[in-house]
Amino acid sequence: MSENDQQKTNDVSRRQFLNYTLMGVGGFLVAGTITPMLRFAIDPVLKVDEETDMVAIGDISKYGPEPTREDFQFPVKDGWAEYELPQTAWISVFENDKGEREVLALSPICKHLGCTVQWDTHEDYPEHFYCPCHDGLYTKDGINVPGTPPTAPLDVYQYKVDDKGTLYLGKAVPREEL
Amino acid sequence: MLQKLYDWVDERLDITPMWRDIADHEVPEHVNPAHHFSAFVYCFGGLTFFIVVIQFLSGMFLTMYYVPDIVNAHASVMYLQNEVAFGAIVRGMHHWGASVVIVLMFLHTLRVFFTGAYKKPRELNWVVGVLLFLVILGLGFTGYLLPWDMKAYFATSVGVEIAASIPVIGGLAEDLLTGGTILGAETLTRFFAIHVFFLPAALMALLAAHFIMIRRQGISGPL
Repeated sequence: MSENDQQKTNDVSRRQFLNYTLMGVGGFLVAGTITPMLRFAIDPVLKVDEETDMVAIGDISKYGPEPTREDFQFPVKDGWAEYELPQTAWISVFENDKGEREVLALSPICKHLGCTVQWDTHEDYPEHFYCPCHDGLYTKDGINVPGTPPTAPLDVYQYKVDDKGTLYLGKAVPREEL
Repeated sequence: MLQKLYDWVDERLDITPMWRDIADHEVPEHVNPAHHFSAFVYCFGGLTFFIVVIQFLSGMFLTMYYVPDIVNAHASVMYLQNEVAFGAIVRGMHHWGASVVIVLMFLHTLRVFFTGAYKKPRELNWVVGVLLFLVILGLGFTGYLLPWDMKAYFATSVGVEIAASIPVIGGLAEDLLTGGTILGAETLTRFFAIHVFFLPAALMALLAAHFIMIRRQGISGPL
C-alpha cells in the first residue's frame, strides 16, 4: 500500500471538516449559554437542607399520657422570604417499660394524602387519631390502624428537654429516621 | 441514529424542503467575511438576533425566581443573584445582553443606512426595523425598573417625567405608565407585564416580518 492510498482512506473531506468544526464551535457556544441557565433552574433540587433550630414549646410538666394539642410557630427561611409557619403537635409524655420519661410529639399530617388528623373527635373511633378525608385511623401512639388508608405511622417531631424542664420541638420526621 | 430519526420523520412529514426554505440559502460573496473581511459589518443583524435569543432564554429563567412586587422584588433579585447557583451569570447575561443588544442594533442600523440597503424595494423592512428599535428600547426601559433598587426607581422616575412633559397628553401618558398616582406597586407589575409579555410578543412578530421580508427580497447588492 502506497502512502497515497493510506492518506485516501483516512481522508476527511473539506465538507466534513467544516461540518465538524462548525458543529463543534456551535455546540460549545450553545452549551456555554444553556448550562448556567439549567444549573440555575435546578438549584432547588440540589440545595442541601439547612439545619433548623428547635423552638421552645413550654414546660414539660403540663403534658400527660393523653395527647394534648399544641400550636406553635416554626421559623422558616423560604427563598428570599423569612416568616413563621404555624405548626401543630399532639404531645404526650409517659413512662416507658424501663421507667424512663418519654416524649411523643406527633405531627397531625396524615400519611395517606396529607390531610390533618384530630385526636378523639369521631364518635365511632374514640381514643384514636382520625382523618376526616378518607377515614384514616391511628392509635394513641400514632401507629396507623391496618385496613385504613394510611400506610405508615404519623411523623414525630424531634425534641429535646433542657435542665429546667422546657420542651423544645424541631422538624417532624418519619419514624424510621428518628 | 440521529440520521435514522430524521429520516423517519422526513419520510412522513417531508420536512427537508421546509428546512431548505429556512436555512439553506446562498450567501452572496460581498456579504461573506471569508471573501472580504470588511463584510463583517453584515453580521451585526444576525448578532443582534443572537443576543435577543440569549435575552429570551436568560429572561425566562430569571422569572423562575423573580417576583414583581414592591416588598419582595429587590429581595428576590438579591436571592437569585447571590444564593442560587450561577445566579450572577444568568442575571449577568440578561444585564449585559440588554446593553449589547442596543449597541449591535445601532451598528446594524448604521450598516443598513450607509450601504443604502433601505432603498426601494426594501423601505418596508426599514420601517419594521425602526419599530424593532422602539420595541427593544421599550424592553430596556421597562426591564430597568424590575430590580427595584434606587437606580431603577429614579431612572424610571425620570422616564415618567419625560413622558409627562409631552404637550396635551403628558398627564395621560404619566398615568398610563405608572398605573396610578405614584410610581409604586402598580407601576412595577405593569412594567413587568409589558416587559415579559407584551413587548416580547411584539418583538417576535416584528422579527418574523423582518426575516420573511429578507428572504422574499434577498440581500441588497454590493456598493
